[in-house]
Amino acid sequence: MEKINLTEIRWHGRGGQGAKTACLLLADAAFDSGKHVQGFPEYGPERMGAPITAYNRISDRHCDVHSNIYYPNYVVVVDETLLNSVDVTSGLSKEGTLIVNTKKTPKEIREKVNGFQGKIGVVDATSISIETIGSNFPNTPMLAATIKITNLIETNEFLRDMEESLKYKFSKKPHLIAGNMAAFRKSIEEVIVG
Amino acid sequence: MAKKDKMSGNEAVANAMRQIEPDVMAAFPITPSTEIPQYFSKFIADGIVGTEFVAVESEHSAMSACMGASAAGARAVTATSSAGLAYMFEMLYVVASSSLPVVMAVVNRALSAPININNDHSDSMGARDTGWIQIYAETNQEVYDNYIQAFYIAEACRLPVMVCQDGFITSHGVSNIELLEDSEVKDFVGEYMPDEYLLKSENPLAVGPFGVSSYYMEIKRKQAQAMKDSMPVIEEAAEKYAALSGRKYSFFEEYKMDDAEVALLIIGSSAGTAKASVDLLRSEGKKVGLIKLRVFRPFPRESLAKAMCKVKAVAIMDKAESFSNSGGPMFSEARNSLYDLPNKPYAINYIYGLGGRDITVEHFCEIYKDLFVIYDSNDPGDVYRYMGVRDSRFK
Repeated sequence: MEKINLTEIRWHGRGGQGAKTACLLLADAAFDSGKHVQGFPEYGPERMGAPITAYNRISDRHCDVHSNIYYPNYVVVVDETLLNSVDVTSGLSKEGTLIVNTKKTPKEIREKVNGFQGKIGVVDATSISIETIGSNFPNTPMLAATIKITNLIETNEFLRDMEESLKYKFSKKPHLIAGNMAAFRKSIEEVIVG
Repeated sequence: MAKKDKMSGNEAVANAMRQIEPDVMAAFPITPSTEIPQYFSKFIADGIVGTEFVAVESEHSAMSACMGASAAGARAVTATSSAGLAYMFEMLYVVASSSLPVVMAVVNRALSAPININNDHSDSMGARDTGWIQIYAETNQEVYDNYIQAFYIAEACRLPVMVCQDGFITSHGVSNIELLEDSEVKDFVGEYMPDEYLLKSENPLAVGPFGVSSYYMEIKRKQAQAMKDSMPVIEEAAEKYAALSGRKYSFFEEYKMDDAEVALLIIGSSAGTAKASVDLLRSEGKKVGLIKLRVFRPFPRESLAKAMCKVKAVAIMDKAESFSNSGGPMFSEARNSLYDLPNKPYAINYIYGLGGRDITVEHFCEIYKDLFVIYDSNDPGDVYRYMGVRDSRFK
């Protein structure tokens, strides 16, 4: 079998929090750094607040697989309350990392995900987004924390790339650019892995 | 010069459409194809293309508007899914039987009930006998490439073409893609100059007349001939497109078939997942292969049968149920094509992936395992099977 250097990420969020957007932005950033990418949400009867899942495959060459991801290398939880209702560590091995938006420590989160032996990354993405963007958009800081932990893209390269994307995306709302950039930077500084 | 980019399958179609700049688009939104008219109408609103967008009140009207535009001599397109395609059914026949080269992007989605927005092939497979050419894609790149080739094929054969892709899986999944230059696409499809059309004042034409019994059957036979005659044109379009893009296409793709002992025949995005299973099993020394069918209409009966005869057992994969008591649509046709051949393989059917039920590398490995049981025992067992269904009575 031809070896494919593949990183698989599963996102858990709630409808309206931007987990899908973060997933697609991660694909964009990885593409810009020369990778082959897949970014796709799992669609169903979405509504605000309902659990949603999105996926990324990032590789050095084209990945043929079109199924959902059952054995991810990383799981990103954009909404902490999902830890109570969704088996977020399903298929995540002890070599994998769980990344959670929370005020809690990795140790406290570990108590909530029974038996998970891998690394746990935590960042208070909700507070960061309220402080920097002015409202609750935890996806922006969660994306930055994911980039930092996965090491898929060098963080400075990521920040440069995002600044370009945001200039384009928010061409009519330039005041949002600085806030989002601050959210990325603060999350990269504050994320803790334990 | 090709441009490397990343986008979803729907964006890829909308961009191909932008590059082609058809005269008329008539569409009614339905998930998961809605983004195609949505992105494209933005190109129109921004003045990037001069296409006339007809916002209709239903898919029946969308196809009727395409028919009118196409009969008048315009290049006409639409996009739809699922119930939208079902609602066009009457007009699908009229467009094909009137020899009008409409191109339609079909984003495959299950039919109701129960209501479901996810992918399977029951919509376009239901329309397989309407006289449209049908081309299917594994990836976003293939959707884009097929869409551009569709105009060449449709207009040369005077037959309408459905360019099918899997709902959400490719339509909403973002991945790498190479786009051709706008001018390369425009040159490839050329300007649409039909010989005969309604608005040609020097040679008035009737479209859609009554066909009495003394003429109707000859007309149908000619229509069947047109479908048969489209085969070399499909090859020609693929060759010309390969010269332009470097990407080669045919009626089907053979993946590691040369020394294969067992194989899958499959259509659409799941072919990629199945290829990963082939790679995995090959790494364990198992001689497995795969055939990915790209063109379902016209059905490449002879060449496909020959390819299947390379193995001793083949699993024919259907992402649609026919409720026929005789397997899915691919099974019926592919297995039928083997009948006259002396060295035909055992052919079994799996229905899979209905309503978006996910199929994984592991599922395909199980199917190959089943095929090796047949290979060793010379007993095909029950040929009509399901993969990925939970009810243990129906395994």
